[in-house]
Amino acid sequence: MEVSIWIFLLLSVLKVAVVTVILLTAVAYTVLLERKVVGRIQNRWGPSRVGPFGLLQPLADGIKLFLKEDLIPESVYRPLFILAPIIALSCALMSISMIPFGPDVHYKGVQLFQISDVNIGLLILLGITSVGVYGIALSGWSSNNKYSLLGALRASAQVISYELALGLSLVGVVLRSQSLRLRDIVDVQSTHGMASWNIFGGLQIIGFFVYLTAAYAETNRTPFDLPEAESELTAGYHTEYSSMKFAMFFMAEYANMITVGCVATLLFLGGWSSPFGHLLPDFGGPIVQAILPIFWFVAKVFFFLFLYIWVRGTLPRFRYDQLMSFGWKFLVPVAILNIIATSLWLAFRAS
Amino acid sequence: MHLVLFFIFGGLCVAGALNLLLQRHPINSALSLIVVMSSLAVLYLLLGAEFLAAAQVIVYSGAIMVLFTFVIMLLNAGREDRTHGSKAAYALGFPGAAILVSLLAYIFLSNSRELGSAELGAYIVSTGDLSNVLFRDLLLPFEVTSVLILVAILGAVALARKEEN
Repeated sequence: MEVSIWIFLLLSVLKVAVVTVILLTAVAYTVLLERKVVGRIQNRWGPSRVGPFGLLQPLADGIKLFLKEDLIPESVYRPLFILAPIIALSCALMSISMIPFGPDVHYKGVQLFQISDVNIGLLILLGITSVGVYGIALSGWSSNNKYSLLGALRASAQVISYELALGLSLVGVVLRSQSLRLRDIVDVQSTHGMASWNIFGGLQIIGFFVYLTAAYAETNRTPFDLPEAESELTAGYHTEYSSMKFAMFFMAEYANMITVGCVATLLFLGGWSSPFGHLLPDFGGPIVQAILPIFWFVAKVFFFLFLYIWVRGTLPRFRYDQLMSFGWKFLVPVAILNIIATSLWLAFRAS
Repeated sequence: MHLVLFFIFGGLCVAGALNLLLQRHPINSALSLIVVMSSLAVLYLLLGAEFLAAAQVIVYSGAIMVLFTFVIMLLNAGREDRTHGSKAAYALGFPGAAILVSLLAYIFLSNSRELGSAELGAYIVSTGDLSNVLFRDLLLPFEVTSVLILVAILGAVALARKEEN
């Protein structure tokens, strides 16, 4: 179908604007959720003073960060010092453009629930994630501070090591759906509800575990937050950053968390498909039926965000040698075994 | 559109390569190399090789260049002094490069009728087709390359191993 270029442009810009606004709001409220939940885990209240239940706290934090003085220390390498947070944030925001949020709905020939439907969406996601490391690496180096540099070195080593396990853990899913397009991967899982999700029916629970662990390491979250281990490195790679530049790193970290949640949802939990399959009768009108997939998607992503926070509140930090040996000697072999087992099973079933 | 994109990213690629040579700080050179590799990925994409483009970004711009910057940061390499270069490079290098470029241009221009062209999104390669080519038709080169890489890894381990007394 021919699509008018102007309608395409208009709708695309609109989609990008809507997704960015929702993502940044979600980032702000994930921070609040984290502070609240970690507070409860540690037997205290968390933020509760700004607005009802502390709901306006993200707004107050945002205003504070905007109004703070933007310090740039004297001996930093300025071009890279300024470029680094931009790289980190733009990579974090870019990767959300591949994510399909809902079923294949077209309006005037334009995909409604996805910014760009690419044939190799999964690979592009991996590519953007792997370029995102430069934000952290360059910020640490250009700060000219030994703590920042150590944080950046740790981050680079960690991300390179765990990227391998991350990529390998996804191969099982790709083998099953025979496509790198995220929409196809979800479609394979949407036949029988929960029973055909990759984590259960696809027998990818090991792949799911490896993916989740490697993704925690990729996003530098506890128990893998060595790049910003505050007891050893002050604040790690962003020690010298203040005001909006610090906020950009912060937003990048949480946006990456959300993207990881979206990808895990799409690859292992059947994306926007209902866990009950067709067992549930179609209730409500067409509007409810149109919103329901988005509801499932958001609910699953929320589950992953909660899991992130829960893990942070529970597990202590790895030691550096433990981190490396866990990645190389445990996750990578397990991921390879998972690939072998999945291919054997698929070959057996096909024959 | 196609041609415009080609000129933008081809230009970016050449500019990055020149910047790589002209910069005096190793980290700037490494960053220029990242620009070169990423724009090469876009050029692959323009030729319709989606998988190759993604692999280029993941492997080269992502993993290998991160290792480069890692080493530069670890050694904390400072600014390099600019040298005048060897006379042999001036005497042989520039004419050699000029001859190479003109030879390639002549070959491509004289055969331009027989050479095909590819368009962005002209054909969509499915993952299955790609694997068939990689693991069935080109199995031997693929396996030989992996053995080569394995040998390189073993060599690195042997070199880095601590001597036992």
